[in-house]
Amino acid sequence: MRGLRKRYGRATAVDGVSFQVRAGEIIGLLGPNGAGKTTTISMILGVLEPTEGALSAPPPERMNFAAAHAPLPGNLTVAENLRVFSLIFGVPRPEARVRELMRRFDLERFASVKAGLLSSGEQTRLGLAKALLNEPRLLLLDEPTASLDPATARDIRAEIMAYAARGEAGVLWTSHNMSEMEEVCGRVLFLSRGRVLLEGDPRALPAERGCANLEELFVAVAREPLTP
Amino acid sequence: MNARRIRAVVLRQFYLMRGSPTRVIPLFAWVCVDMALWGFLTRYLGRLAPAGGFVATLLGCVLLWDFFTRVMQGVTTAFFEDVWSRNLLNFFASPMTVGDYLGGLLVSSALTSGVGLLAMIAMARVGFGWTPGAAAAELAPALAVLFVFGIALGAVAAGLVLRLGPAAEWFVWPIPAMIAPFAGVFYPVSVLPAWMRVLARALPPSYVFEVLRARAAGTAPPPGGLGAGAALALADLALAAAFFFASHRAVVRDGRLARSAAETAG
Repeated sequence: MRGLRKRYGRATAVDGVSFQVRAGEIIGLLGPNGAGKTTTISMILGVLEPTEGALSAPPPERMNFAAAHAPLPGNLTVAENLRVFSLIFGVPRPEARVRELMRRFDLERFASVKAGLLSSGEQTRLGLAKALLNEPRLLLLDEPTASLDPATARDIRAEIMAYAARGEAGVLWTSHNMSEMEEVCGRVLFLSRGRVLLEGDPRALPAERGCANLEELFVAVAREPLTP
Repeated sequence: MNARRIRAVVLRQFYLMRGSPTRVIPLFAWVCVDMALWGFLTRYLGRLAPAGGFVATLLGCVLLWDFFTRVMQGVTTAFFEDVWSRNLLNFFASPMTVGDYLGGLLVSSALTSGVGLLAMIAMARVGFGWTPGAAAAELAPALAVLFVFGIALGAVAAGLVLRLGPAAEWFVWPIPAMIAPFAGVFYPVSVLPAWMRVLARALPPSYVFEVLRARAAGTAPPPGGLGAGAALALADLALAAAFFFASHRAVVRDGRLARSAAETAG
């Protein structure tokens, strides 16, 4: 994407953001609440029209997403949700794929349970299973581990890292967990008030900026006034 | 439009019905209530005026109107299920196109209103000894016109809620009652004042009911007959689809779709 901008009246949510997600790469999109992370993801997904800018994304059949703010229908069971979305995404051999993902995300025992009755962590795992149904070339994850316990979060991180390591897909990942970002991302972008303020390797960036770690850098960048 | 994705929308509705008897019962319960009410009323009026064919016609018109409202509600209820479960974002952030989604709503409504229609026919046969027989050939085109117009009105209602948000849902439920006075369900359009007749002529159901009434009375059908009603219904369907597409485009532009997962009817 190049020069992506989204305005709501006089308010600018995203202000000229440019970056590229390469196959095999996990990019972290960091920033305080209201920085424009979810707006950026929504524009990539095609559910929000940019005001300006150029956006080149894989076809919808080759993209997918998981977001804590967009749970799957709570009145369908886990297996029903995955079956419906495998039809939508045109997944070959859908039943086998659904079974495989339920096993990988430890959802088999909930197959007949309505999604609305799951804990928030289980719903997050269901969202991730749905996001991997079509083996997307671009995977968009909006705070995917926010409601997971540390052990499950570690498994999920390993799952996503292994998926990206196959070299066929890029991952764009938003999180407020800085140690997680250091662990999984090859590159991070700091967004503030809709602009990319900083970009680089999450393990090298803090030292380059005179900070002890990514969290300290996050706090410093989030408070840094924007200059034209 | 893609048949597989249309099937996905229908499958979602099927799973909802399968998992919830409270969603299945209304498919035929109100039809049966209406059939009982109007069936016994017809029987009573038939005793008072044995020669009056208008009584049976009135019953037919009322039940056809009931079918039309079921078709419309078949579309809006299926759409509301996605609004209530905040699923629109998941559907539209996928290969699902607006056309696929509308196609899925249409097929879902055809299936649910079909269940209601079968219940209606079964009850008419068991309770009142009525069988479609020769009337089927006459009723089929009438049902088709009402079906197309019901789908069109359902799509407009869904587009309205998509555009204005879940709080606009209450606009939708009274729509059939609001257009009933103009549609000539209970009386001929000729009894309406001139300005209401103009509106009535713009509504496909008015042609359906005028034709049925004329046939029962053995008089000439209105100019254009059912053909005019069918042409109007198809034009309305095209306009309704265009309105739903425009509503989708608007909510993609103003961010309402992206925020829909967080939005409630409050």
